[in-house]
Amino acid sequence: MPVKFEVNGKPVSVDVEPRLTLADCLRHHLRLTGTHVGCEHGVCGACTVLVDGDAVRSCLMLAVQAEGAKVVTVEGLSNDDDLTPLQKSFRKHHALQCGFCTPGFITTAHALLTEEPDCDADRVREVLSGNICRCTGYIAIVEAVLDARSAYKKTTP
Amino acid sequence: MKMPPFEYACPTSLSEAVKLLASHDGEAKALAGGQSLLPMMAFRVAQPTLLVDLRKLSGLGEIKISADGVRLGALVRWRDIEDDDRLDAAHPLLKAAIAHVAHYQIRNRGTVGGSIAHADPAAEMPGIAVACDAEIAVMGKAGARIIKAADFFLGALTTALQPDEIITEVRLPAWPASRRSGFQEFARRRGDFAMAGAALFYDLDKSGKASNAHVGVIGVGDRPRRLKPVEAVLNGSAIDEATIAKAAAAASAAVEPQEDIHASAAYRRSLTGTMVERALKSAAG
Ligand SMILES: Cc1cc2nc3c(=O)[nH]c(=O)nc-3n(C[C@H](O)[C@H](O)[C@H](O)COP(=O)(O)OP(=O)(O)OC[C@H]3O[C@@H](n4cnc5c(N)ncnc54)[C@H](O)[C@@H]3O)c2cc1C
Ligand code: FES
Ligand code: FES
Repeated sequence: MPVKFEVNGKPVSVDVEPRLTLADCLRHHLRLTGTHVGCEHGVCGACTVLVDGDAVRSCLMLAVQAEGAKVVTVEGLSNDDDLTPLQKSFRKHHALQCGFCTPGFITTAHALLTEEPDCDADRVREVLSGNICRCTGYIAIVEAVLDARSAYKKTTP
Repeated sequence: MKMPPFEYACPTSLSEAVKLLASHDGEAKALAGGQSLLPMMAFRVAQPTLLVDLRKLSGLGEIKISADGVRLGALVRWRDIEDDDRLDAAHPLLKAAIAHVAHYQIRNRGTVGGSIAHADPAAEMPGIAVACDAEIAVMGKAGARIIKAADFFLGALTTALQPDEIITEVRLPAWPASRRSGFQEFARRRGDFAMAGAALFYDLDKSGKASNAHVGVIGVGDRPRRLKPVEAVLNGSAIDEATIAKAAAAASAAVEPQEDIHASAAYRRSLTGTMVERALKSAAG
């Protein structure tokens, strides 16, 4: 089936089987391998992307369901010249080791901080509870997200 | 795992959607948020030959609040309930329960209708529907009908829904402002399915005694259910420590929980009592 949507600000059109997940479409058809696939059944959060601004699990969405949507992947949350404040904060706090889970945490944290730049540690923990990390023990990730809040406060009107 | 092949349709009207569902000898399935159906398909627990995406059906995404109660359109997402401040007064029990459903990303897509149709024994929305005597409005080939929540859930992942029927709305009866309610559940990790949970409410008469008690439990047994023996303990009594202890004991005695990898039956039985106790304390407090 032909599907048209937008990824990281650019229009894309692909021809896919209905059974293809958005995650596999991004990785295999659009070569955006920043989105990671851990469990393929919605429990690990590694595949999180933004669809029309909402953080969603791209392994639990069909590519054909993205018709007309604006999708943002972890690639769309970086810039070529320098690390973003959220990325810098992850680096500063050692919030990643192997990095497999990191795209899911970055996209989820970005959605949270964009909507709730004043969130407290409890809220951060609650939201991140849907993402699994086998390396860090989470404490550094929570600290990194809390520390990045100031950058999001400035950009909100 | 990758999903097996299937056909996909995205109709724009309810009648078209019903026709499509009726067209595949019971092998077609509605697709709402996909947060239960797609994992089931990845595991080959469900193998529909056609998915009928409901996302373009208009009018199913609204939360309507009136003197008659709260009407949740089938496509209302957990996120919509969480964000709707009117529900704090219009249905505090619903609001409290939905805060426990799944994780942030799943709440952005999972829907009321999908949860009711999926009928996981531990799911919060079916529990609220049963505890609150909700009505479930459906539309099928034979027309529209209303099914009482008490008659809707037949077992784990099994409901009274016909293969060509689509849930359109869940109707929760009006909620008096003075009503007392509590929701408690226990899960190993916030957002995971509950090992046991309790959703309850009661009204207080002039002498401070409870009446109209409704006590529902989830995660124990093959479907959500009301515990009449516990309601009998509460009705006509002041909700003090002695009553709460009696109600908790009655709850443990009334359930027949299953054993699985998450917990033994005895643990779930005891946990049910604790959840009822905590829910009553939070309702009274
Ligand atoms: C990791 C994880 C954790 C979760 N934790 C919880 C939890 O703690 N509590 C909880 O309640 N849920 C939980 N869920 C499930 C989640 O809430 C689902 O969103 C919900 O159960 C189903 O809603 P859906 O819109 O995604 O339905 P779908 O997955 O699209 O559909 C589910 C079923 O309902 C049918 N269906 C959907 N809509 C309709 C309709 N309008 N009429 C008729 N049939 C319909 C489909 O055909 C399918 O059989 C979890 C899911 C995951 C992946
Ligand atoms: S790969 Fe999507 S949640 Fe694990
Ligand atoms: S850094 Fe390895 S899984 Fe999180």
